[in-house]
Amino acid sequence: MKMNLSNKDIVLKAKDKLIKKVEKLGRPIKIMEFCGGHTHAIMRYAIDKLLDGYVEFIHGPGCPVCVASMDRIDLAIELAKMPNVIFTTYGDLLRVPGSYRKSLLDIRSEGHDVRSLYSCLDAIDIAIKNKDKNVIFFAIGFETTTPPTAVLLKKAKEMKLKNLFVVSNHVMTPPAIRYILNAGISHIDGIIGPGHVSVITGMKIYKEFDIPIVISGFEAFDILKSVNMILDQLINHERKVENAYTRAVTEEGNKEAQKLIEQTFDVRDTFNWRGIGPLPKSALKINKDYEMFDAEKVFDVKLPTSKEHPLCICPKVIVGKAKPTDCKLFGKLCTPENPIGSCMVSSEGACAAYYKYQRVELCM
Amino acid sequence: MCLAIPSKIVEILDNNIAIVDTMGVRRKASLELLNPKPKVGDYVLLHVGFAIEVLSEEDALESLKLFEEILRYEDELKQ
Amino acid sequence: MYVKLSHGGGAKETRELIEKIFLKHLKNELLSNEDATIIHLDGKFAISTDSFTVNPIFFKGGDIGKLSVAGIVNDLSVMGAKPLYMSMGFIIEEGLSFEELEKIVISIKEEAQKTGIKLIAADTKVVPKGLCDKVYINAAGIGKVIKEGISASNLQEGDVIIVSGPIGNHGAVIMAHRNDFDIDIDSDCASLWEAIEPLLKEDIEIHTMRDLTRGGLASALNELSQSSNVEILIREEDVPIEDPVRGFCEILGIEPFSLACEGTFVMSVPKKDVQKTLDILKNQKLTQKAKVIGEVIKKGKQGVYIQTLYGSIRYLEEAPGELLPRIC
Ligand code: SF4
Repeated sequence: MKMNLSNKDIVLKAKDKLIKKVEKLGRPIKIMEFCGGHTHAIMRYAIDKLLDGYVEFIHGPGCPVCVASMDRIDLAIELAKMPNVIFTTYGDLLRVPGSYRKSLLDIRSEGHDVRSLYSCLDAIDIAIKNKDKNVIFFAIGFETTTPPTAVLLKKAKEMKLKNLFVVSNHVMTPPAIRYILNAGISHIDGIIGPGHVSVITGMKIYKEFDIPIVISGFEAFDILKSVNMILDQLINHERKVENAYTRAVTEEGNKEAQKLIEQTFDVRDTFNWRGIGPLPKSALKINKDYEMFDAEKVFDVKLPTSKEHPLCICPKVIVGKAKPTDCKLFGKLCTPENPIGSCMVSSEGACAAYYKYQRVELCM
Repeated sequence: MCLAIPSKIVEILDNNIAIVDTMGVRRKASLELLNPKPKVGDYVLLHVGFAIEVLSEEDALESLKLFEEILRYEDELKQ
Repeated sequence: MYVKLSHGGGAKETRELIEKIFLKHLKNELLSNEDATIIHLDGKFAISTDSFTVNPIFFKGGDIGKLSVAGIVNDLSVMGAKPLYMSMGFIIEEGLSFEELEKIVISIKEEAQKTGIKLIAADTKVVPKGLCDKVYINAAGIGKVIKEGISASNLQEGDVIIVSGPIGNHGAVIMAHRNDFDIDIDSDCASLWEAIEPLLKEDIEIHTMRDLTRGGLASALNELSQSSNVEILIREEDVPIEDPVRGFCEILGIEPFSLACEGTFVMSVPKKDVQKTLDILKNQKLTQKAKVIGEVIKKGKQGVYIQTLYGSIRYLEEAPGELLPRIC
């Protein structure tokens, strides 16, 4: 049997309901969806358009590709350019331009071996098949993507692989939310919390925040349901963490995954986020037990001083201070085929999602 | 990638690897992150080739129904 | 046996390869030993050329041989031309097995028979291992125009857009294979002449026909919109997409509209001819799932829009050059 949770009638009915509630509240509301997967769903189902004028969605910093800072991309590029290296990473990171607008795809076209992986474990097969090469996996992602990298490290150790290395760019959700809430960013009424991050971490990591937070699934009805719960909290003057994704998220989260992260990673003192800058205790590095696989320790590469395009307002877009359409380059010089900032790269990036699913007003 | 649709475990191989099916597409997925281990027929949530949680189909359908009920209940309150 | 560099040398071994594999299956009265083939033509003709590379060369629902014939046949058919003759050049990587090569040649023969197109000129070259990916085929075809006026720049305001079947199957099958996924559908790879011929013979005002290849529906519609300077609106819920293709797209975070097709086409006809067109298409095996998916809403401006399941409208962008999976 198939689970098909999209249901047009429910969505359309819910829309009317939500609009009535906003009217009852007496003002339009602003909701930040933290996770790039939600940004994508909101754009794809055009939920922002369904609730236009009532609910404004502000895209949060939850797209791992978009928050990868320029110096990390430069690091990736320098590693990929080393002789005798097979450089691997996830999907659309390949398109992100580093300094001088060069991306990993450009490096590949220059003859370097750069590959996109579906699962990080594929790096093991590549390492076994290419004993004479150094295979580097450039790991990106939030709490959901970290446990797979932990498994990769454990397996590499078990199998005593000598030619597999990992760069950890894993970042954590709470420090970013903390930053957004403290940064005095345009007033947010509530947050749609990340679904799959919460599957791993559980609900407990959101306890500290004093704002309506609702953890959501990725179907259209999930998102509307979460907006509904935020609205109810606002109407009742509440500020609590709620779970609208009970089919997957529990209070405690996935303990096995948490254990694996603890066994393989330590918290970094500080880490650079694109658009945000350095955030203390916001990212993970590979711990002592696995340092023989840590590419940052094993290889010594010189990085160019990174330079962002002066007109790109990604930093503001990422934290919800500006909309992509506020950028002078948007849709003109900067497009998904020829991205200037990282938010135009990943289809979860706010600029790319906007570009792709831009609102169209048709006179028909 | 945050795959919204649950995938069904159709076969469990050695080494914590399962074959999962999503709407007629089958592929390998690692069960390394699940404890206790799921069984054939279970629905799991996938992320970059790893099963990250077991879902109950009932729960999934339930959540949709519940939302419908909320809508209906609130309608009744209004009347 | 495997193809060796010497098979491309032009001497005895080359003749052996040609005799044993190519002529054995593809021989006909026009395919001769001369430097060029001479044919008689009279009237209006359509000519098309295309190069075919695909990894894997054998896939669910076809192989590179079938793909090449169908590709040429379809290019001619959607221009209103009856496919007559084709030429083929093979670039073969040293090390390809005779067995695989023969399989490809047999499917060329079988696919050509479906339409009656004849191979009248052919060439083979062998390149050292690593210089090409198993085999590349360049094909050119010529067809007699039996209906004029079908053109990418002929979309008219009010035209109805019809797609001949489910989209994205070929792209999904190929990408699934590369990712080591197993998918419950075949590539749509097929020669469309048999489905298109009845349309050409009927009194239908066909404005445009285009086969969907790389870039899928999204790219084809954008090209049409540009050539004809029109705005096109399609409805997501009306576009036929099979479940495994949907599932596949969900898994990798890509759009079915951008996936390649190899035996599916879009066409535009005025409203008055829609029913007739659908009746004919639905009667054919290859196009029985044909559907109206949208309209040309305006002339004078370019743009392709799609109405989502929930009624809102967004742009349908052209497919990106390389489909990369999303991570989050
Ligand atoms: S449109 Fe491009 S340049 Fe402007 S903020 Fe977005 S990514 Fe940066």
